[in-house]
Amino acid sequence: MTGESGAGRYLGVVVGGSMSRGVDVRLSPDCPVEEVAMGQHVVIQGQSRRFFGVVTDISLEWSDDSVRANPPDTSNPLIAGVAAGTAAYASLRVLPMLAIAGELAALEGPAPARTVPPHFAPVRLASEEDVQVVFGAEDNRHFWVGSPLDMETRVCLDLDEFVKRSNGVFGKSGTGKSFLTRLLLAGILQKSAAVNLVFDMESEYGWMGTSEGTGMVKGIKQLFPSRVAVFSLDDEHSRRRGVSPDYLLRVGYNQIEPEDIELLRENLGLSEVAADAAYSLARHFGQERWVKRFLELEGHEMRDVASELNVNERAMSTLHNRLGRFRRYGFITERESDESVEEILRYLDRGNHVVLEFGRYRHELSAYMLVANLLTRRIHARYVRRKEEAMGDAAREPRPLVITIEEAHRFLSREVASQTTFGNIAREMRKYNVTLLVVDQRPSGIDEEVMSQLGTKLVCLLDNERDVEAVTAGTHGARDLRSVLSKLDSKQQALMFGHAVPMPVVLRVRDYGTAESYRELGFLEASEMRRQMERDADDLFGGRE
Amino acid sequence: MVVEDTPRVGEVVESGSTAFVAQSYRLYGAPPLGVLVRTGGPCPAYAVVHDVATRGIDPSRRPLPRGKSEAAEQDVYDNNPQLEHLLRTEFRSVIVGHVDDGETRYRLPPSPPPIYAFVYACPAAEVAAFTSSADSLRLLAGSGVAAAEEVVSAFLRHAMAAHGDPTAYLAGAGRQLAVLFPRDFRTVESILLRAAQ
Repeated sequence: MTGESGAGRYLGVVVGGSMSRGVDVRLSPDCPVEEVAMGQHVVIQGQSRRFFGVVTDISLEWSDDSVRANPPDTSNPLIAGVAAGTAAYASLRVLPMLAIAGELAALEGPAPARTVPPHFAPVRLASEEDVQVVFGAEDNRHFWVGSPLDMETRVCLDLDEFVKRSNGVFGKSGTGKSFLTRLLLAGILQKSAAVNLVFDMESEYGWMGTSEGTGMVKGIKQLFPSRVAVFSLDDEHSRRRGVSPDYLLRVGYNQIEPEDIELLRENLGLSEVAADAAYSLARHFGQERWVKRFLELEGHEMRDVASELNVNERAMSTLHNRLGRFRRYGFITERESDESVEEILRYLDRGNHVVLEFGRYRHELSAYMLVANLLTRRIHARYVRRKEEAMGDAAREPRPLVITIEEAHRFLSREVASQTTFGNIAREMRKYNVTLLVVDQRPSGIDEEVMSQLGTKLVCLLDNERDVEAVTAGTHGARDLRSVLSKLDSKQQALMFGHAVPMPVVLRVRDYGTAESYRELGFLEASEMRRQMERDADDLFGGRE
Repeated sequence: MVVEDTPRVGEVVESGSTAFVAQSYRLYGAPPLGVLVRTGGPCPAYAVVHDVATRGIDPSRRPLPRGKSEAAEQDVYDNNPQLEHLLRTEFRSVIVGHVDDGETRYRLPPSPPPIYAFVYACPAAEVAAFTSSADSLRLLAGSGVAAAEEVVSAFLRHAMAAHGDPTAYLAGAGRQLAVLFPRDFRTVESILLRAAQ
């Protein structure tokens, strides 16, 4: 019973279930239970439509209670063979996700399933064609991210939809978050879906990155040299790695605002009173100069200011002390300028992607957070202004921008999400053409409201229960997704669900790091590049024969 | 699949919709327990032998012992040739299908085999053809005859011998039995173990 050609393996028939729980499928005795895996896609042929679902549970059942108490003599292969699939059988729980009605509707794509297949509808593993109908073929907006487990079909992500909302890449450390993020960045670049601004904490996206297992892999600057600019906070570190940054980023004291201090409160070990003092100081000295002036204060001057502003003296001295750390940051200059923000915007406006490397400051979370928050605030403000100025004229609108941040829970925790620019961006979706790509290993630390606004989530293995809960909260079939999540492999596997994909899918993430994978992403080796240029020249000026 | 020129073993002497009794042509010449037989007639019935009995032709007179002075049992028969006519062997068979218009049907025949219908022991090819369907065990397993487990396992033993891959046949038959006895895997197991011995 394998059905028409091209169909997947026959699994069994629907024997019960419900819309909310999913349908129960009695596995055919011919199909070994070990061949069916959690998260696999199946097609259920109903009377008037085809359902596309995902295996969310596999259970072992029996029709004869005595088998449980006195198992048959399975050392006898005959008895074992007969018992398997008859008195003892397997049952699958399948969650119908999509329905494809008739043949014509297949052209319009599948719609969310709102009905269930009838009793005894045959169930098969999804074939390559089925998966393609659901996830779309690779084209100029669909980017191939990986394949379903046990299949070679390409699962594509609709990048135009993807960048319309903020998205998240989650997973505990060492499960391939950076790998996946690098791939998504390369995809956004390849399809020109948006421009990227990457706050690259560990210097692994722009130039060489490390990948567990395969060693060094190329960064997006190497794949798309003319379209990616590497900005650096630490010239020396970049040069040591053999990278010459396109721009050396500097931050002026004038750019630091009390809001940044509020965000860094926990990191700097400041009390609420001390963090609030920053607002008073900014009012007192003026927004542009407060940090510089405050750091210049001597002991007695500080006492005077404290009493003038009615701020606890100890709190102020702690603040003074902690902000003193900024002096160690070589990238903070005394000069008052907005030049770095301008430079980033210039690159982004030209359609270039910007990766900001932190160099030796990568271990300084405060430096990372300070710079990311401060730049994002300013860039976001500019985008808001320009978008409002464009007043619906699409041609004048700024290019869609995707900002990638790591350790996102620090920027988006319950305490600070309501105040930071990142929180605003996550909540307002693409209203101002800016969205986030948050990369994090502790999604439970991220504000629930922000989590619920994330459009598409790509989740590698997570084993902390609270993290798993946070990631799946509010999603249809959350309980089933949770069980799928906890069974992921720790390497190159991810669960992808949300806005830009028609249904949740467990992926074997596509390769990144081999010569072939680079070529598929559009990278040309030097020799190929030369040939390509010669061809282009021939096309332009006529052949030379 | 009816195979012509098969050995004839007896004639129907008592007939019903679900079973018939046939008398063997030879004393002790009945087909063994569990063998598939077929009747003649307009609507040939397939049946499985489930009870073989030998007794005197007059039910009111029980045979008397005759071998007190004989050295071996066979001498009793050799020295009393009339016994062949005073005793008879009958076999009861439960109907498991019939032939309709040349096709094998795994259900009861519309009318029972007539009295005096010939009974043939099916050759291996016919047994193999009959038992190749997943339905071939249904009527037998549901017949409720005495010592049904024994009869089924004897039937399987004969059927196995007719198939090219006896193990595969037995496994397939086992799965059919598991469906026919859904809450009683012990019975299935014991039938299979006996059939495989």
